[in-house]
Amino acid sequence: MAVDLAPAVTTPTPSRPTSKPTPRWRSREALTAWLFILPSLIGFLIFTAGPVVAAGVISLLNWNLFSSPTWAGLHNFARLGPDPTFWSALGNTVYFTLVSVPLTILVSLALALLLNQGVRRVAVFRSLLLLPYATITVAVAFVWIWLYIPHDGLVNAVLGWFGINGPAWLISDNWAMPALILMSVWKSFGFGMVVFLAGLQAIPQQLYEAGRVDGTSPWNSFRHITLPMLSPALFFVIVTSVIGSFQVFDQALIMTNGGPGTRTTTLVMYIYRTGFENYDQGYAAAQSLVLFAFIVVITAGQFLFQRRLVHYDN
Amino acid sequence: MTTEVKRKLIVFACFLVTALTLIPVVMMILVAFQSDAESMAAKPSFWPSSWHPENLTRAFDLVPLGRYLLNTIWFAGGTTILETVTAALAAYAFARLNFPGRSWLFGIYLATLMIPSQVTLIPQFVLVAKLHGIDTWPGMILPHAFTAIGVFLLRQFFLGIPRDYEEAARLDGANRWQAFVRVIVPLAVPAIATLAVFKFIGQWNNLLWPLVISNSDATRTASVGLQVFQDTNGTQWNLLLMAATVTTIPLIVLFFLTQRWFVRGITMSGLGGR
Repeated sequence: MAVDLAPAVTTPTPSRPTSKPTPRWRSREALTAWLFILPSLIGFLIFTAGPVVAAGVISLLNWNLFSSPTWAGLHNFARLGPDPTFWSALGNTVYFTLVSVPLTILVSLALALLLNQGVRRVAVFRSLLLLPYATITVAVAFVWIWLYIPHDGLVNAVLGWFGINGPAWLISDNWAMPALILMSVWKSFGFGMVVFLAGLQAIPQQLYEAGRVDGTSPWNSFRHITLPMLSPALFFVIVTSVIGSFQVFDQALIMTNGGPGTRTTTLVMYIYRTGFENYDQGYAAAQSLVLFAFIVVITAGQFLFQRRLVHYDN
Repeated sequence: MTTEVKRKLIVFACFLVTALTLIPVVMMILVAFQSDAESMAAKPSFWPSSWHPENLTRAFDLVPLGRYLLNTIWFAGGTTILETVTAALAAYAFARLNFPGRSWLFGIYLATLMIPSQVTLIPQFVLVAKLHGIDTWPGMILPHAFTAIGVFLLRQFFLGIPRDYEEAARLDGANRWQAFVRVIVPLAVPAIATLAVFKFIGQWNNLLWPLVISNSDATRTASVGLQVFQDTNGTQWNLLLMAATVTTIPLIVLFFLTQRWFVRGITMSGLGGR
């Protein structure tokens, strides 16, 4: 073997200076590379890149899918201003995000910290706690409707033990959104929990031992060791949760269908209604681009913020 | 507080939290076995006063649930296989091969990561409609089988595999394809499996795309099928939740079988630590 290897390693060296073989070798590698990329690239261009560009074009048209489209210019974007449903859908989505993301993060972090306390059989608890994440949103949305049944549903029955007269959750103006949020936190905390657990287990124990020698309180070691060391994981979970919650659709469609009124109509639900119930494709495309703009602005903001708060080792 | 007491408290807390978390899943299964009258009573009960396993066959009689499940497997499986294979190939080129335009092409892939799928929903629908793909398998699967996230994840992982392994194979006379299939792919199995599990769960859960593109039982998936269930039968809770249980259990089983990969993938991707 070694005898075979030696010439193979050295042969390219003499031929390098005579620049001719190099480009041929390079173009061969480039050809191989394009062959590897091609299947993904064709699909990507047709089904992702192309549609993104097309969304921009469609947003400038009046089009119901059936008749031929007419040019609308920026009219579809101008329609957003005086459309109360759009603004309430935007407000609902922001409300949902602002409450559900911090709650999900808190619950997942608390559970990761709990499971990281040297509990035996962590894998069993971790698997069971991940179970909601592995269920179908639509299926469990039906269970939650059942749990939220006014008067005698399980949620209100439990509240009743404490003398609290629970609201008619899903049909209440004020409580429909919190009910959706509670279900969504339940559905999604498992993912963050696993990421945090992995992060916690990667923190070198010496850091805590050094802190203990110095007499650091548990709260201070959490603030000054755990949080900074966990900040990359926190950042990742926050960014993905925000993007995800801006796209909330399934549970709202099943549990409240956007009601009562438009109290739980989310942006994606409004886009769906506009495009596939009212067949107003141009307007729906304009709405989706506004949603995209929001996600870009918020994500960019988070990345700017990250520079100050996220601690990377290297 | 002694360490013994503390440990007991922690274990108790773990049990309590887990029990609370599992209530909705347990309820789904219990109500699925209740009688019609009990499940629709004004005052819902927790434990079935009599068990009705025949609800299972009744649910299958009411809607073509088996058909919906097969459709879901077909849809989620098809998108997962296509995505995993094409993403692995592309990720290899992006991670290991030099070619002009590599960085800008990868930049374009990356840029689309932040675009919500709702932006592409309408153009994809129009495209599929123009190609007469509504209610067909290619129309269901292809638009969701090529995403930048798979390429991105696998490229990250391939970059972490030492070049020496592959160089050794190359020096033994293996071409790029052989090096990819025999060296890189076997080493990357955990990462590829993680991507596959993520993708499969995501597509099994997908409601919006099947909702707009499938309009008959031939392609309708379980997510959409459950909704039809509610529309056509009011809320017959026991049968609806039996159907929900049936459509959820395969995913739970799959998840339990593969969650080691999933957890390992998260740990190895460096998200948790460094």
